[in-house]
Amino acid sequence: MTEENKLPSGHTRIDSLEMRGITKRFPGVLASDNVNFDVKSGEVHALLGENGAGKSTLMKILYGMYEPSEGEIFLNGKKITIDTPTDAINHGIGMIHQHFMLVETLTVAENVALGLPSSRGFLTDLDKVSARILELADIYGLEIDPEAYIWQLSVGQQQRVEIIKALYRGAALLILDEPTAVLTPQEVDEFFVIMRQMVADGHGLIFISHKLHEIMNICDRVTILRDGAKVGTRNIADITKSELANWMVGREVSMTRELEEIERGPSRLSIENLSCDNERELPAVKNVSLNIYSGEILGLAGISGNGQRELAESITGLREITGGKVLLEDEDITNARPGEVTKRMLSYIPEERMRDGMIKDFSIAENMVLREHHIPPFAEKGFLKLKKIASHSDELIKKFRVKTPSRETKAGTLSGGNIQKVVLAREISRNPRVLIAAQPTRGLDVGATEYVHEQLLEQRRDGTAIMMISEDLDEVMALSDRIAVICEGEIMGIVERADATPQKLGLMMAGESGE
Amino acid sequence: MMSPELIIVGVLSSTIRLATPYLYAAIGETFGQRSGVLNLGVDGQMLIGAFAAFYIAFTTGNLWLGVLAAVIVGALMGLAMAFVSVNLQAEQGISGIGFYLFGLGMSELLFKMLLGTVETVKGFPDLEIPFLSDIPYIGEIFFQHNIMVYGAFLLVPIAWFIFNKTTLGLKIRSVGENPEAADSLGVSVARVRYFTIILAGILSGVAGASMSIALLNVFQQNMTSGLGFIAVALVYFGAWRAFGVLAGALLFSFVNSLQLWMQVLNIPISTELAIMLPYILTIVVLVLTVSKVRPPSALTKPFDRGD
Repeated sequence: MTEENKLPSGHTRIDSLEMRGITKRFPGVLASDNVNFDVKSGEVHALLGENGAGKSTLMKILYGMYEPSEGEIFLNGKKITIDTPTDAINHGIGMIHQHFMLVETLTVAENVALGLPSSRGFLTDLDKVSARILELADIYGLEIDPEAYIWQLSVGQQQRVEIIKALYRGAALLILDEPTAVLTPQEVDEFFVIMRQMVADGHGLIFISHKLHEIMNICDRVTILRDGAKVGTRNIADITKSELANWMVGREVSMTRELEEIERGPSRLSIENLSCDNERELPAVKNVSLNIYSGEILGLAGISGNGQRELAESITGLREITGGKVLLEDEDITNARPGEVTKRMLSYIPEERMRDGMIKDFSIAENMVLREHHIPPFAEKGFLKLKKIASHSDELIKKFRVKTPSRETKAGTLSGGNIQKVVLAREISRNPRVLIAAQPTRGLDVGATEYVHEQLLEQRRDGTAIMMISEDLDEVMALSDRIAVICEGEIMGIVERADATPQKLGLMMAGESGE
Repeated sequence: MMSPELIIVGVLSSTIRLATPYLYAAIGETFGQRSGVLNLGVDGQMLIGAFAAFYIAFTTGNLWLGVLAAVIVGALMGLAMAFVSVNLQAEQGISGIGFYLFGLGMSELLFKMLLGTVETVKGFPDLEIPFLSDIPYIGEIFFQHNIMVYGAFLLVPIAWFIFNKTTLGLKIRSVGENPEAADSLGVSVARVRYFTIILAGILSGVAGASMSIALLNVFQQNMTSGLGFIAVALVYFGAWRAFGVLAGALLFSFVNSLQLWMQVLNIPISTELAIMLPYILTIVVLVLTVSKVRPPSALTKPFDRGD
């Protein structure tokens, strides 16, 4: 017999959780300003806001990672205090972090068992843990192999492990911190099925996301934060997507774009039968031929991991080309060193901006000149021209509206959107002939995404040949003159803007030829 | 001229004996590195352990008290190392060299102050395992050694068991790979690392003792001559696994034993070259293996919760 207030996992349900008057002050910053927030059993409550609006702060307070300066938390009407994540777990609150907290070299069962007392004292009881994992997996539809190592799993599967970890520890309420940011569209769909199941079973979910269509799709209520303060809470049923966007940013946001008519110029970058390998020395890009013309944006759509990164790296001189040619305005740049490619005025916005796009411990000013630090006007005869570098970066900080205390701030301390602005400023301000932009808005909020798009369109107007690699179909369709679709390292076809539909592109992304 | 069988048995038997200090030190080092801490002070800890064991055994006549002394000084050096690398978050490569030099100098100083001249003790006697030691060849190679030799080999499956079958081992491995994840699940990264570093210190001390009161039965200045550094290399060679470390230790002591026997048998090869052999082997083997195995992700990285 199941009791009224039990979840299928056997743990007690949380009927309501309420945060009242939460304020959090950091030195010089008011990160949370008298915020009220609540979530009930059986609902998905979205927390929406731009980067730095205070979503993470609020959730870290709920999960015991930060101590609030003021405010109270009530669970089923009773006041509780949460000082550590362990307290939160004991109260039935679980959190799925944006960056997974998994040990890659351990198995699923070992990750779940870590830190919990074993039924066999100092010996592990992984067989029992595995059995319970399978039980939970069965209840919630989370297919997983407890014996698999984390490094063998896809990102989507790793996320399931995180969910199971929380459920195993008795989570009745789950905080999902941008859970879909790292997933492919298919994985998002699967994830939503799991979310719906959990809600139907009486769990409460807090869903943090920038993606408005996801919030419209999966959530019951939405609370918007701006500059640490709550703007309001609404039922999703009572609001449209564009109202939501305007409300979040606090001004009108254009959701769709008409591309300005521009006459296409001559071919700037031509890729002929290009092939290259990945790190495991397996073919990653196979016989790809593409032409990119002055004044156009060629969108390269595809599910991530289908050779996009390798293609971008081989064009920019970062990866060995094993077959074929790359011509930049008739100059052969096949296997040219990155310095040579830079000199030919090719710019590159890498997908992993934190790893490949900047040096975290360098200042913003230094990061702004990384690509051309060795040549005039930033250096002469081997000496850095510090004044020039300073004035240059001040100019870019202003022009690209980078939110930073100063140009000397370490780049790694900025928010995702501002880091991307720094990379964008460096790559665009040199007026490149060709620009390769890989996943340029991944992880950015609506405002920052809009800004990046404007900058790309500005480059298009200036006649730059742009290849925009993205797995966000909305983005590809909004900005591209032509759309090439890549699957398993091969181009499935090139679609003109007018002929592109999500259905058609989706099929091509899944490997169907576009003919 | 000795018969070929005798020579082979002799080489293999001393391979087993010579592996002893490498095993103690390298298994200890494996514990430290699996939890994310590189201890480069092994050789210094061994020297101090070797002196403490020798001095106590020499003055009291009790070998077990000698071992206990090595355990205590090893634990103390481990404690200091843990404080420096966990609490002070020092650069482990550099502080490890500091601990090595401290151990080297301290053991010399104590030797000069307390002994002055090279003395000898009667070390642990060989212990013939009933029945097994009577098997021809095998018995002589494996089952006619002193207790510290057996202890070193016993340590290997014990370490394997701890790493793979206990909750402690799970914590050690996760702390060395992803301390943030372990911390988020309520595992104390600091406590786990204190444990492994102190254990590594103890085992290094015992490694020293095995040289001064079980194998060589003397104490001399810098008697380890860098053996502790080889132990660190063996952990890499063994890919952070107890049985991998065993294989490395055996290979290494085999080459060592070979060069000793070549000298004994007057095979015309320069002594200097022969002594270099094991070290050349280390470099070759490391070059060949290291690029293929991945060390624990958090190795040498201090953990800071960052809030």
